[in-house]
Amino acid sequence: MDWEFFIELGLGGLTRGSIYALIAIGYTMVYGIIELINFAHGEIYMLGAFTGLIVAGVMGVYGFPAFAILLMAIVIAILYCAAYGYTMEKVAYKPLRGAARLSPLISAIGMSLFLQNYIILAQTSDFLPFPTLIPDFEFMEPIAHIFGSTDLVIVAASAVSMAALTVFIKFTKLGKAMRATAQNRKMAMLLGINADRIISTTFIIGSSLAALGGVLISTHSGQLNFMIGFIAGVKAFTAAVLGGIGSIPGAMLGGLFLGLTESYAAGYISSDYEDVFAFSLLVIFLIFRPSGILGKAPVEKV
Amino acid sequence: MQGLKQSIITSLWFMFLTFPIMVVRVNTIENTVEWRWMNLAYVGVGIFILSFVWRWALARKEAKQYETETTDKPKKQLWLSRAMEEPAVAKPALAAIFALSVAMPFLVSTYQTNIFISFLLYVILGLGLNIIVGVAGLLFLGHAAFYAIGAYSYALLNHYFGIGFWVALPLGGILACLGGILLAFPVLRLRGDYLAIVTLGFGEIIRLVLENWSDLTGGPSGISNIDRPGLFGMELSVADANVYIYYIVLALAIITMIAVQRLKNSRIGRALQALREDEIACQAMGIDRVNVKVMAFGLGTAWAGFAGVIFAAKTTFINPASFTFMESAIILSIVVLGGMGSNLGVILGSAFLVLMPEYLRAFSEYRMILFAAAMVLMMVFRPQGLIAPKGRKYHVDDPDLIKEGDA
Repeated sequence: MDWEFFIELGLGGLTRGSIYALIAIGYTMVYGIIELINFAHGEIYMLGAFTGLIVAGVMGVYGFPAFAILLMAIVIAILYCAAYGYTMEKVAYKPLRGAARLSPLISAIGMSLFLQNYIILAQTSDFLPFPTLIPDFEFMEPIAHIFGSTDLVIVAASAVSMAALTVFIKFTKLGKAMRATAQNRKMAMLLGINADRIISTTFIIGSSLAALGGVLISTHSGQLNFMIGFIAGVKAFTAAVLGGIGSIPGAMLGGLFLGLTESYAAGYISSDYEDVFAFSLLVIFLIFRPSGILGKAPVEKV
Repeated sequence: MQGLKQSIITSLWFMFLTFPIMVVRVNTIENTVEWRWMNLAYVGVGIFILSFVWRWALARKEAKQYETETTDKPKKQLWLSRAMEEPAVAKPALAAIFALSVAMPFLVSTYQTNIFISFLLYVILGLGLNIIVGVAGLLFLGHAAFYAIGAYSYALLNHYFGIGFWVALPLGGILACLGGILLAFPVLRLRGDYLAIVTLGFGEIIRLVLENWSDLTGGPSGISNIDRPGLFGMELSVADANVYIYYIVLALAIITMIAVQRLKNSRIGRALQALREDEIACQAMGIDRVNVKVMAFGLGTAWAGFAGVIFAAKTTFINPASFTFMESAIILSIVVLGGMGSNLGVILGSAFLVLMPEYLRAFSEYRMILFAAAMVLMMVFRPQGLIAPKGRKYHVDDPDLIKEGDA
């Protein structure tokens, strides 16, 4: 057994997994509160990457240092994606509250196609190169061939933001209100919680995390196009299902699990079928354990 | 005044929102930035007008809802569906449409015949999906995969064994139907959104396998030189073969329409509709959920298989890029725009999605974005689609029963 290869795949899986986890949180939070699979969530991630690219491009022309560019790209991408997420909810989902169950789902698919085509028309349908914004740290030199500085930043940034989210959900008043709304929306409203505001906040938080993931993964992979959101979205959804949809720690766990599985399967079996493994894992989990690793099986009342 | 203020705020908000994507275009290789300030003005004016329309439509929808809740006036139907109910109008209209579609290849050019072939293919695909999504209420996002199964089964059988079109046509349908049944068994327990995702995943798996199994399927470059259908051993020129395929697809589309219409009013069809409305109540009435769901999948995907075979014969070249999720989404939007469960709606939906972009060339670039927007708007303002499906009505003549009903 080649240990170095094994560790390399593990670390690669960790990087991937943390991005999946960042996006999966958005799915799981929205599902937890309004029981909707927000199909357009992957597109928010893609918009984040594009916004990051635009900021990086503009600042690059004026010769700002790479670190400042990275910071600004992330901040502006988060700001814009939060705004997109908020607007999307108001336009495509809020008027549908209380409609038949398929309606919001179809509306979400429409929204997703809309955003993809918006990028095609306003920007381009080709692959664009994304500048490297994360410098090579010197202390990473000895292991740079298996775990680069970019990977380190991705894993660290994801860990920090997920820890912050956990603290926010657990200990703040708004976090408590979110948990209450997820448990029982009607009861929460009776207790004076503004459910509309909570739903908006959920979309804003989910979209911000997706934007962070979008910018980070683009500097990692060095390219982006309008389709990156679709694949990433389906995979992040898989991660959310693996962990148990509706559960935030589950989404983190599911993301890591999916990232590692994909990385090892690609390394040891075949990299051509990488996406097939992810989808198969999704199908298998949905059929045999739809409640996921950490989720509770819902009880159906007649 | 209130409305004006609201519209200005909305318009400013969208100008802010679309600013980076619409205005700035960067080129990171040459380090140049292009500023397109005019776009900002377009967005501002466009959203300002749209927000008035949006509020007006929302208010109208609410007023209508209130009206149907307080009075029991029957809902008004679109003029088209009302016209189709009048036998005096519908019969001559159908005869005229039939005559026109038979004469079509002699009236228009080969190019246009081609467009009509793809229109009819989408009608068949849409009608098939309508059984699953519209009638049985199962959101199915993998329809393109079964289209691919049909196309590839003809292409592969023809490539390796030289099997002709007429043998492959039923085979493609049967294979797609079997695929649908195979998919149906594991997903029986899932509903709504989970089902949608699994079928999406399944569709992608099939496409990825086709793309990566290069030894068998030719990988991303696909299979070329597929035989066109033969007419009693005669060699047809390309233009004649096109006309021939047009008649095949027209015949199949008509058969599909009749079959789906009859299915909807049959015992199975009513069981499917009952399943859509309430699964638990439906089981309590003694309907076997497993059987009925499997049937819905098999019946729906079989038509996709037929359409796939014809598609392969028409283009004589296929590759996995024709069967992406986009294709499934287009077929789904045909069903949704037309009205889930309504056959006339599917025809109208395909006409909108396939014919309109061809004849309004200026819009073809904006085709997908307009349909995506239409999908959202349709769900918000008219969830039943252009043509609302109508359940069959049964009249009670027995006066005793009517009296009991009133009491």
